[in-house]
Amino acid sequence: MYALREAIAAFRRAPVLMGLSSAMVGLALFVVGLFGLATYNLQLALTAIEDRVEIAVYLRDDARQAEIDLAQRELADIPEVRTVRFTSKREALERARIDLPEFGELFSDLEVNPLPQSLEVELRPGNRSQEVVERISNSALAYPFVEDARYGREWVDKLFTLRRLGAATTAALGAAFALVAALIIGTALRIAIFARRDEIYVMRLVGATNGFIRRPFLLEGALAGLVGGCLAWMLTWATYRGVYAYLFEIAWIPPSWIAGGLATGAVFGALASTFAIRRHLREV
Amino acid sequence: MHIRKGEFAFLTGHSGSGKSTTMRLLHMSERPTEGEVRISGFSSDQMTDRDIWKIRRRVGFVFQDFRLLPGRTAQENVAFVLEVTGTPTKSIMPRAQRLLSQVGLSTKAGALVHELSGGEQQRVAIARALANEPVVLLADEPTGNLDDRATRGVMDLFWDINAMGMAVLMATHDLDLVRRYPHARVFELDNGRVVYDSKATEG
Repeated sequence: MYALREAIAAFRRAPVLMGLSSAMVGLALFVVGLFGLATYNLQLALTAIEDRVEIAVYLRDDARQAEIDLAQRELADIPEVRTVRFTSKREALERARIDLPEFGELFSDLEVNPLPQSLEVELRPGNRSQEVVERISNSALAYPFVEDARYGREWVDKLFTLRRLGAATTAALGAAFALVAALIIGTALRIAIFARRDEIYVMRLVGATNGFIRRPFLLEGALAGLVGGCLAWMLTWATYRGVYAYLFEIAWIPPSWIAGGLATGAVFGALASTFAIRRHLREV
Repeated sequence: MHIRKGEFAFLTGHSGSGKSTTMRLLHMSERPTEGEVRISGFSSDQMTDRDIWKIRRRVGFVFQDFRLLPGRTAQENVAFVLEVTGTPTKSIMPRAQRLLSQVGLSTKAGALVHELSGGEQQRVAIARALANEPVVLLADEPTGNLDDRATRGVMDLFWDINAMGMAVLMATHDLDLVRRYPHARVFELDNGRVVYDSKATEG
C-alpha cells in the first residue's frame, strides 16, 4: 500500500521527470508497436496466400463414378482435409471459359473436351504445410485412376521458404527492437532514479531496508512503463488510421498483442528500475 | 572514545581531522578498518545488514545540509521514518505532528520543506531523527548553514532533547559555539585520533 502510494506520488512530485521518462518509454515502445503492426499485416497477407493452397487431383476419363465417390470419401476422411469437391469435365470447361475469357473462341471450337475431371482437396487452416500437402498428394496418387496430383509444388515451396524467412526476420528484428526499447527504458529510468539519489540515501540512513526502498521505485518503473505503453498504443493507432485512410487498407493488431505490449512496458519498467536502483543501494 | 547514556558531547577538530568519518562510523555508513564501534549492544565486528538497519533506527542523525526528502511536507518527512520502521498507519500522522510540535513547528507541518527557512528545515530534520526514539542523536555540523539566531534555537533544542535523557554527540569546528556550553563534554580529534577529552582532563 505504501509502495503504491509512493509510486503514484512520484508522478505528482516530479511530473516533468516522470513525464519525460514515460515519453521515452512510449517512443521506444512505439517503434516496437509499428514493427508489430507491419508484422501482423505481413502475417495476414501470407496466411491469405496460404489459404489458397489446395490440391487438384486429376482423374482419368475412364474412372468409374463409384471409384471416384470412394476416393472422395476416403480423402475427406483424412483429418487435415476440410472438403473434397468433385469437378466434372464439363464444369472444368465452364470454369476455364470464365477464368480465361481470352481463349473463349478456342474453347467454343473444341469438338472434344480436353480438360480432365478432378477432385479438389481443400485443407483445414493450420494444415497447409509442405509436408501435409505432399503426403495427401501421394495418397491421392496411389489410386490407379488418378492421373496426377498438383498443388503448385514450386509455388508452395517458395511460399513456405518466404514464411520461414519472415519468421526468422521477425524474431531477429523483434529482438533487436525490444533490446533497443529495453536500453532506452533503462536509461530513462536510470536518469529518473539518479535525480532522486539523495532520497534513496536518506531512506537508507533512517534504516529503511533495501526491499522497502526498492518497492516504490519498482512500481514507479512499472507505472512509467505502463503509461509509456499506453502512449505507444495511441501513436501506433494514429499511424494505423493514417495509413488506412491515405495509403492502403491494413488490419489493426489484435487485443492480445496490445495487452502483451502494455505488459512488456510495465515489466521492462520494473526491471529497469530494479537494475538502476541497485547501484544506489550499495552506496550507504 | 566512549559516550554514556544522557551525555552531551562535542566532537571538535580542524577540517580533515576525522569528525565526519567518526560520525559515519557511528552510524555504520562506513566500517572501521581497525578498532571497533559499539552502539547499544551491537558491535561493528559482527555486523549483518539487518543489524545495520536496526542500529540506524536507534541512532538519530542530523546533517549540516538537512538531507530532507524534497517535494514533501515537513510532516511527510517525519512520517517517512515512522513508515520505514513499521509504525501502524493510523498513528503515523498524529505522531509526526507531535514530533513537529516538540521541535516548535506545529504550525508548519503542511509546508513543503523548500518553503521553510534553514533553521526550520533543521528542526524538521531533528524531529525526523527523534522519530524512532533513538538512544543517541548524532549531529554533524548541524549549525554550519544557520545564522546566529537559528543556531541558538537549534542548540536550545538539542539541550532540551538531552535533558530528556538522550545522549547527543555533535561534531563542529566552531569553537566559539563549544565555549558557550562549558558543561558539555568535548572531544578533540586530530588525524583520526582523540587528542583531547575534557572529562579526562577534569578527572
